Amino acid sequence: MLSAVQQFGQFGLTFSRKVGISGIFLFNVLFRRPKLQRSFPLLIEQLYFIGVFSLIIIMLSALFIGMVVSLQGHNTLQRFGADQELGELLALSVTRELAPVITALLFAGRAGTSLTAEIGLMRATDQLDSMEMMAVDPLWRIISPRFWAGLISAPILTLIFDMVAIYGGYLVGVKWLGVDSGSFWSNMQASVGFYDDVINGVIKSLVFGFVVTWIAVYQGYYTAPNAMGIGRATTKTVVYSSLAILALDFMLTSVMLKNW
Amino acid sequence: MTETLVGLFMILGIVALGFMAIQVSGLSWYAHKANYYKVTADFDNIGGLKVRAPVMIAGVSVGEVANIVLNASDYRARVTLLVDQDKAKLPTDTSASIYTQGLLGSNYINLSPGYADTFLANGGLIETTNSAVILEKLIGQFLYSFQSKPSQEK
Amino acid sequence: MPMPISSASSDTFVKVTNLCFKREERVIFDNVSLRIARNKITAIMGPSGTGKTTLLRLISGQLKPNSGDIIVYPLEAKESGIPIHRLNRRKLYQLRKKISMLFQSGALFTNLNVYENVVFPLREHARLPEDMLRDIALMKLEAVGLRGAHHLMASQLSGGMARRVAMARALALDPELMLYDEPFTGQDPIIMGVLVQLIKRLNYALGLTSVIVSHDVAETASIADYIYLISNGKIIGEGTPEALFAEQSPAVNQFIHGLPDGVVPFHYPAKDYAEELFS
Repeated sequence: MLSAVQQFGQFGLTFSRKVGISGIFLFNVLFRRPKLQRSFPLLIEQLYFIGVFSLIIIMLSALFIGMVVSLQGHNTLQRFGADQELGELLALSVTRELAPVITALLFAGRAGTSLTAEIGLMRATDQLDSMEMMAVDPLWRIISPRFWAGLISAPILTLIFDMVAIYGGYLVGVKWLGVDSGSFWSNMQASVGFYDDVINGVIKSLVFGFVVTWIAVYQGYYTAPNAMGIGRATTKTVVYSSLAILALDFMLTSVMLKNW
Repeated sequence: MTETLVGLFMILGIVALGFMAIQVSGLSWYAHKANYYKVTADFDNIGGLKVRAPVMIAGVSVGEVANIVLNASDYRARVTLLVDQDKAKLPTDTSASIYTQGLLGSNYINLSPGYADTFLANGGLIETTNSAVILEKLIGQFLYSFQSKPSQEK
Repeated sequence: MPMPISSASSDTFVKVTNLCFKREERVIFDNVSLRIARNKITAIMGPSGTGKTTLLRLISGQLKPNSGDIIVYPLEAKESGIPIHRLNRRKLYQLRKKISMLFQSGALFTNLNVYENVVFPLREHARLPEDMLRDIALMKLEAVGLRGAHHLMASQLSGGMARRVAMARALALDPELMLYDEPFTGQDPIIMGVLVQLIKRLNYALGLTSVIVSHDVAETASIADYIYLISNGKIIGEGTPEALFAEQSPAVNQFIHGLPDGVVPFHYPAKDYAEELFS
């Protein structure tokens, strides 16, 4: 019985220590002096690997999700004779919840794990240490560009998700299921507030992007320097990121909805 | 090559933002805030009226509800309405009522303009108001009238 | 490359005094003191797992000791004479330009080719035009015999070649101290011969001070000027290679001659043999 309490206390201490380390790590990544004209090409390169490479999966998922929401929504709304509200249903669910959350989850799975694996491999093969020995700070040369690239990519990908999902919903709702195009768009426009829905969704995606990239980069940097360690680190990235996204989504949504 | 693609990526993001702004949210709707003028109206009961509910004349949206507060002196609800100047000028004997959109919908303000020659200015007050229909009162009235009917027949 | 002034300044490059280092309850170093002589090749040897690599990381400032001092005396640095773990980041990085470490696996950047790897420290620190950097990088590669391989990707190299490229990269900024972490481990005899010769030749040609951490007795003894033998967190023997080979103490004797049983026992502690078999 006592040992269970002891173990729990030990777990609490270890957890706090890890949170502290990751906080200090984040601070150093953000604020270690990056020499701007040298970091800019590194940032561009990372934006390519993180943002552009994620584009295909985001767009395809957005298309399918938009189409399925439209399909399901039409099926139910039709029973109340309310199928002109389809545009509103689609746009609100996409902009408020589906776009930021699903983009962030996909981002964690695709970009997050590749960040963790790449940095973890550099850790395991001593590349980070040898960079330190050459008096080049790996935090600003390797970690920081990846972090900012993740942070910048997340809202861009979310907006693209918004657009493609709504277009997909339009294809299914209007072109296939016969909802009137005029009422589709006008009901949507009347009910979707730019600042309250679209921009709030973007704010959510910024928060998610920040947290996911932070977790991914931290797990890679502090992984145990062997193959098993890297495998565990990538798993942790996905699991922790997903939980963080869903928990933060609930908190942000409750804050945002109150303003109405 | 990578720069080009990254540039295209960011342009796609901006295009998406533009699409969302114009096609999805009808942003231009709220772009003319400058052309709104404020009018207030006091109600005995606003029912389920919420801020940002539409203000309509003859079923056409001309503005929205900006603010709802309790008037501490006479315990009535003071509602502030924003009305688009380009759409409607309100005569001073306009009346305001709270209606419900459709059968299950939310409440909105309906304005019925009168025949006066002078118009309300920014900060004006609508004198005549009709409160929202409260379901419980309606049921109460119905039951009351139902009860009194059989006694009349006696 | 300026030749170092010899006897006028101190002839110690690194002085380790009373070093104590623990990693999670396990004592790695217990009151260890040693001295790395300038312009000489010093070897640090011992059984596997005694923390020889940890010692290199302590000397280079990657780890902080629990107590004791590690003082580095490079010739031209302002940071001379201050314990390395007390330097702030900026000064530490200035000092690190004078110290180079060769990791066991080479630790080349796998996404770059050989040339890019060698020119990396030059690009980061030397304010020179690109063609001058190119010349310097090619000269370093020539010194290790791999100038012709400059276009190969780092991931395409064999182990021995990777270590030589890593050596070229380590020499790029003309360091004064070279730390070699197990350079001979797992290499075939030819590559071992190449590496041994390179380390010796470069040390004397460039006026370097070298520290080799290894457990390959024969190879290391053939080029080292002074050897420290560390086991269980303490120095169990030190001296020139000849002195150590002649040493009588059992611990040193067992390691130097590779005897299977001695101070470090062959049998893991167990119950009586007959008892365990027949009970």
